[in-house]
Amino acid sequence: METEKPRKAPAAAQARRQFLLESARMACGVGLLGIGVGLYAKQAKALPPLAIRPPGALKEGDFLGACVRCGLCVRDCPYDILSLATPDEPVATGTPYFVARQLPCEMCEDIPCVKACPTGALDHSLKDINKSKMGLAVLVDQENCLNFLGLRCDICYRVCPVIDKAITLEQQLNARTGKHALFIPVVHSDACTGCGKCEKACPLPVAAIKVYPTELAKGEPGKHYRLGWVEQQKAGGSLVAPDVPHQYNLPEGMRYEPGKGLMPSEAPPAQPGVPKALQGGKL
Amino acid sequence: MSGARIGAEAVAAKGWLVAHKWLLLRRASQLGILTLFLLGPLAGIWIVKGNLTFSYTLDILPLTDPFVLLQSLLTRHLPETKAFVGAAIVLGFYLLVGGRAFCAWVCPVNMVTDAAAWLRQRLGIKGGAHVSRKTRYWILAMTMVLAAATGTLAWELVNPVSMLHRGLIFGIGTAWAVILAIFLLELFVMQDGWCGRLCPMGAFYSLIGKVSLVRAAAVSRAACNDCMDCFAVCPEPQVIRPALKGVNGAGPVILAANCTNCGRCIDVCSKDVFAFGTRFGNRVERISPPAKSMAPAACR
Repeated sequence: METEKPRKAPAAAQARRQFLLESARMACGVGLLGIGVGLYAKQAKALPPLAIRPPGALKEGDFLGACVRCGLCVRDCPYDILSLATPDEPVATGTPYFVARQLPCEMCEDIPCVKACPTGALDHSLKDINKSKMGLAVLVDQENCLNFLGLRCDICYRVCPVIDKAITLEQQLNARTGKHALFIPVVHSDACTGCGKCEKACPLPVAAIKVYPTELAKGEPGKHYRLGWVEQQKAGGSLVAPDVPHQYNLPEGMRYEPGKGLMPSEAPPAQPGVPKALQGGKL
Repeated sequence: MSGARIGAEAVAAKGWLVAHKWLLLRRASQLGILTLFLLGPLAGIWIVKGNLTFSYTLDILPLTDPFVLLQSLLTRHLPETKAFVGAAIVLGFYLLVGGRAFCAWVCPVNMVTDAAAWLRQRLGIKGGAHVSRKTRYWILAMTMVLAAATGTLAWELVNPVSMLHRGLIFGIGTAWAVILAIFLLELFVMQDGWCGRLCPMGAFYSLIGKVSLVRAAAVSRAACNDCMDCFAVCPEPQVIRPALKGVNGAGPVILAANCTNCGRCIDVCSKDVFAFGTRFGNRVERISPPAKSMAPAACR
């Protein structure tokens, strides 16, 4: 294929060869370094459960591209709860976070940390601190939570800045005593801001309620799931035609009312002359 | 100059103070900037908030590191306007004073590597691993590729420059070990290893240096007595030769992008060959071949 030609200027060929070799050397050496840093960056994307981002923080993946680690949020936090991660901490180096059990977010109404952020890593569209989603509280230990034991601790419920919305107390029968109530703290993800006050205030040596990054704390229903009763409400009526009422197989003289349970059916009209006690209806 | 220390001749000729003028000014600048940043957290005097990647001065002047902003853009994040304004101001500033003036006058790692270079000189440590000075551009490209590929500011996880500056202001943690590693690298492993060969931030600012205004120049190069002190003291010695020796008809202005405008060559020269000027003062006098003249030839 190559006809016999006098060799092209060997100096030029040598230079080209040198250039290619040099480039290959650089690409491989620096590439190796790049792979190392890249893998480290991938690891650093996993936020440890203890570290909570400031209000308005973008999703962790986006946050790590947006936050330039300048620390202005740290500076403008009036309660000094934020700190920048150092390389030995398991949070991406230089990024801001707080640990709720040490110092929770005080939920300033003017949200100075978000205003200070020059890059929008803390989303400036967050105007109402009650709408922030720093994380989500989870009652992780139902065996040691005092309220689960039947006591009226209620501290997490009472310190919650979004009281009666983010945490409610749900009454249940105390099966142990058979006659008392349990007041079960229930967290509602739509209202919980993840400020961490509940975790900070939990009187146990190790908190029974903890704030986790939302992705860790929250489950997700299948995209195709439809809740029948919700769909019914949306449609303003039954989605199945005909809407046959459920047929109960009940003891004689009883009827069933949703939400109330079994009860005596409507007493038949009293028969004149027969004493009430003999009419068959229960009292 | 065997035996004698770099700049001894200059000290004898000009006096210690004049022979260290730019060095002292640089240290004043580096420490002054650091002090401004530290006044807030240490003394409660908030003139400057933040750190070198982004700072806010007197609640009015934003300054952004364009190197970090560029990576952030590559992760497909669009920052607030304030960040862009800050980057424009910084770019404009270094277009005036010289791209790598950042390295010599602002960067805190410079003091670490200068200390290592000084000790290396005093201990007479020579040689070490050879790594091309072009490596930094490959690393610069790598940081950009990483930002785009991982969607995160991956380099900022390991960047010793921001790590040291942030650490001094916000708490250093174990970042001191990284800084110690840089010091030891420069001292034992590689001369000018970090700042002169590897640092992608320096590489980025050198790109600004390709067109920046203020330049050091060998204005009185005819007076050069070949003592070689400028080459010995310069952290990027390859930039001096064309301007000092008029290689290929080059004018006296040091146009090489990697000159850090540190002024060390001015300090150590007993013959006052060097001075600061602009890139437009590149007149070629008799000593260079007259056929190739003026700036365009030197610009290459």
